[in-house]
Amino acid sequence: MIELSDVSKTYETGTRALRHVDLKVEDGEFVFVMGRSGSGKSTLLRLLLKEMEPDSGTLIVNDMPLCGMPRRFIPKYRRTIGMVFQDFRLLKDLNVYDNVAFAQRVIGKGTREIRENVPEVLRKVSLSSRYKSKPAQLSGGEQQRTAIARAIVNKPSLLLADEPTGNLDAKTADEIMCLLEEINRAGTTVIVITHSREVVEKMNKRVIVLDKGIITGDTCRGET
Amino acid sequence: MKLSTFVYCIREGFKNICRNIKFSLASMATVSACIFLFCLFFSLIANLQYIVKNAETGVGITVLFNEDLSESDILKIGEKIKARPEVREATFISAEEAWDNFKKDYFRGKEELAKGFEKDNPLAGSASYNIFLNDISKQESFVSWLKEQAGVRTVNYSSSAVASLSSFNRMIAMISAAIILVLLLVAVFLISNTISVAAEFRKTENGIMRLIGATNGMIRAPFVIEGTIIGLVGAMVPLLLIYYLYAKVIAYLSARFEILSGVFRFLPIESVFPQMSLAALILGGGLGFLVSFFTIRKHLKV
Repeated sequence: MIELSDVSKTYETGTRALRHVDLKVEDGEFVFVMGRSGSGKSTLLRLLLKEMEPDSGTLIVNDMPLCGMPRRFIPKYRRTIGMVFQDFRLLKDLNVYDNVAFAQRVIGKGTREIRENVPEVLRKVSLSSRYKSKPAQLSGGEQQRTAIARAIVNKPSLLLADEPTGNLDAKTADEIMCLLEEINRAGTTVIVITHSREVVEKMNKRVIVLDKGIITGDTCRGET
Repeated sequence: MKLSTFVYCIREGFKNICRNIKFSLASMATVSACIFLFCLFFSLIANLQYIVKNAETGVGITVLFNEDLSESDILKIGEKIKARPEVREATFISAEEAWDNFKKDYFRGKEELAKGFEKDNPLAGSASYNIFLNDISKQESFVSWLKEQAGVRTVNYSSSAVASLSSFNRMIAMISAAIILVLLLVAVFLISNTISVAAEFRKTENGIMRLIGATNGMIRAPFVIEGTIIGLVGAMVPLLLIYYLYAKVIAYLSARFEILSGVFRFLPIESVFPQMSLAALILGGGLGFLVSFFTIRKHLKV
């Protein structure tokens, strides 16, 4: 479960990114966070990734209070989160298999475990046949699937996706959203940050709207 | 750290070097130059110390006794001298022996001139002890002790040759330390630069690693390994070179200055190399490790 209570964040420049935000996301939920540029979406994401501290308030993710968390616990916390970016952020020198295996290697998984887990995840994202391809040889959709495979291979309980369909055409975007929904159905909490009203409307999930650092809307599934 | 993680870090360290080959080679070359000079001065100083040590132990003290002292009294004092722990060797030279030695040296080829002194030893009362010490640094205190002994007339000793060799040794050590220090600073700068470039190359990768939950140690390890490898390779090259060149240089010097072979004896490579290679590898590897460790700390934060 994710719980933000009275969270505020102001940057050194004076920009008030988040103002007294209260938010609760239950385990296994699928949530969209919408808002214009500068609405505080990225700040929320960075707070959840423990890249920065809020100025005030409390933030609890999976029963772990993030405020004042000692540095040595941060890597352990981040292993419970999967992250997907708009620009995929794949390692261009590595093929699909190694990009996914990379996520396991850096957390110290053994070779045998990697050989079992990576093919399984590649099957889930329908990339088994492209495992030898380098990112440059893949379409945008395939690159994002690789990025999703990398994000879920360590079996995170929370998946954060920052504009995952931003660089994709409508059809591919639908496929990616279906994949995220599938992951969510398997039990992972998914938070998607997006600009696309079209994607949100199609998915019919909970939508949180941010504006100037304040939650201006929290529409539950089915509500309009 | 698991074995697979360790192997991964080693492999990534090597990859970093290959990706960044020009900078890595420049760093290795600088470390090599630095370690080569270090080895050169190490050999020089080790040999100088060896020569000084030989010279020191070859410098003797001559003690002469009061003329009225009987030989048995002199021998008694001799026993006391021999009992001293700093004395390596003490040889009694009677007045007759002293005169015989003098004759051999002074009247060489004209021995008939010495016949006039046959019944009148001009060196009567010159019985002496020639003393050699284990450690020349104890010479002054030993001479003071000797002078305090009853019956001792004069104590002759020389420290000038040893002192000048020792000061030359010190001067060489200081010059070499200064040159090595300058080269070390250049090496520090170049290794640090290489690691910074490598960190820049791997910026995306490190960012992803950080978000996936890699620990600081895991992110830094390939860079530290890269730096250590640069330092170790940089140390091994000059060591091989020195190993090959040392015997040749010693052979050349011994042949070229054969006349001085009695004074200057050089250490064989087997005596110098183990300590020198250990010091060079620690210096090279340690330098690479420390510089990369502190450089990467600046670049990567959780």
